[in-house]
Amino acid sequence: MSTKNAIISVKNLVKKYDDLTAVQGISFEVYENEIFGLLGPNGAGKTTTLEIIETLREKTSGEILVDGYSVEKDANKIKRIIGVQLQAAGYYPNLNLVELMELFSGLYGVDIKPMEMLEKVNLQDKAKAKYKALSGGQKQRFSIATTLINAPKIIFLDEPTTGLDPQARRNLWDLIISIRNNGTTVVITTHYMDEAEQLCDRVAFVERGEIIALDTPDNLIDNLVNSGFERKKEVKKANLEDVFINLTGKEWREDN
Amino acid sequence: MGKPYNNTKATLALAKASFRSIMRSPSAVVFTLAFPLIFILVFGFIGSSEIKVKLAVAPGSDLQNPVIQALEHHSMVSLVKDTDTADIRNGLEKGNIDALINVKKNEAGTPAYLANVQYTSASMDKGSILKSVLNNLLSTLNAKDVKPTVAELYESTVQGRVYRRIDFILPGQLGFSLLSTGVFGTAFVFFSLRQNLVIKRFFATPVKRSSIVFGECLARIGFALLGAIFIIVIGHFFFHFTLIHGAITVLNMLLLSIIGLIVFMGFGFVVSGIAKSESTIPPISNIITLPQFLLSGTFFSIDVFPTWLQPISRALPLTYLNDAMRKVAFEGAGLWDVKQQILIMVIWGIGIYAVAVKTFKWE
Repeated sequence: MSTKNAIISVKNLVKKYDDLTAVQGISFEVYENEIFGLLGPNGAGKTTTLEIIETLREKTSGEILVDGYSVEKDANKIKRIIGVQLQAAGYYPNLNLVELMELFSGLYGVDIKPMEMLEKVNLQDKAKAKYKALSGGQKQRFSIATTLINAPKIIFLDEPTTGLDPQARRNLWDLIISIRNNGTTVVITTHYMDEAEQLCDRVAFVERGEIIALDTPDNLIDNLVNSGFERKKEVKKANLEDVFINLTGKEWREDN
Repeated sequence: MGKPYNNTKATLALAKASFRSIMRSPSAVVFTLAFPLIFILVFGFIGSSEIKVKLAVAPGSDLQNPVIQALEHHSMVSLVKDTDTADIRNGLEKGNIDALINVKKNEAGTPAYLANVQYTSASMDKGSILKSVLNNLLSTLNAKDVKPTVAELYESTVQGRVYRRIDFILPGQLGFSLLSTGVFGTAFVFFSLRQNLVIKRFFATPVKRSSIVFGECLARIGFALLGAIFIIVIGHFFFHFTLIHGAITVLNMLLLSIIGLIVFMGFGFVVSGIAKSESTIPPISNIITLPQFLLSGTFFSIDVFPTWLQPISRALPLTYLNDAMRKVAFEGAGLWDVKQQILIMVIWGIGIYAVAVKTFKWE
């Protein structure tokens, strides 16, 4: 663990809007090649923090380095080494997936083969479809494909699994893990604790603009158990979602 | 990774995407091509019809006489025969028939015939045309074989260029097409890109803001020029729209189109910035386009407007685009000859972009 390099470092980040402080002095590091989770309720400041690191929003104070570049001085250099999936982002109207890929390759200034990118997220069959015609899971997979165009060092995923059915969610996990295994660092926000537990190497809990806990899921759980916590109900070896997946199958579905 | 970022490539990628999107957008195609073409078709066909005076021949009137025969061959008169008195009276009262003629043999001998004409107050203008036709006709008939005692009139017409209605209508429609593409298209695109967070996603890439604006403009100009060429070609080959110097004239018209479109897109940027929701874009855009549509000489020359209205007309940018287009197309003027019109458009452009910079919103 001690050999981990920090690829993102956030120190005392503060973001104030006119009448509220969304982020009040948070600090954390994201290590190279890990999946880092930002967890917390809506309005806790997760998205704001993410967008400041992505150089989409100005910070009020604090210091942020992304792969050694500072967000205020080298925003453009940062943009070239990160991939960003926004919550609820739209794509250029009237274009199909291949055309959108071509557009993004121009915007990033890289040469890619659109079909190869779509194959990475298993959307090759939807190449001629419009973004609007995709299902929720397909939309998220396409969004993730656009984050990979510039072969980034880090990708940011803002609630990528919200609203997806269990199959779509699980195959998105597989996709995220395979991206990490190819050497990319992943920063993800989510509301689902089972997801964070399965997916994330380390998680930070954000509450009212502050980090209230940061560790590996295992350590956090062990700490709670050691403090004397007990679940009211004995945990079984499977849960209802496992039953659902077992009954309906885990394979990729046409519409998820 | 070591390669420097290529802004041109990003701009062109955006222009290409935007152009594809416009071509697939029904409203853009309708406003830029279908609307102007429909107006051109309508006026193209109306414009070719001539004035005809409907002259009823009274029942019982003599038909075998020089007056009726001459009228029958007159290009501006169409004779209505075999209609009974009640129908003729009815037609005269409604103005469906412009006049009634009754020719009788003169029992007294000279002159040989007596022509009795009755006009109607329901059609005074055609009545006066008929009056002069008849005067002309009768004096020719009466003077037959007689040498004039005072002076003989010789008439001839200089063969000039034929100024057709299309020569007036087409530049106006082209201007209107550019106006609506510029204002509506630009306003809708930037509003919806902003609203749907498309622009926000762009900002997460290294693309510059200027590339986004420039790429969009490039696509719109390309699309509008294709539309302009289409309109000019249809007008020229189907309705004999006059292009004095051929391809050079077309080129000049396209350059004028670009200048006009850039000015009109400025209005579009302003609208996209001040519109609060998608549904407020059409009314705001209409406030900009409709007055120009009506007052800038799109359908008729602004000289026919009342004098108090003319200064307003002369303040609008479309007036000068239309004016310059007509001078270039019909009179064969070069761009330097219409520098005054261009200058006024440029002044409008500077003004509107100053406002656009203040009102435009990225997010």
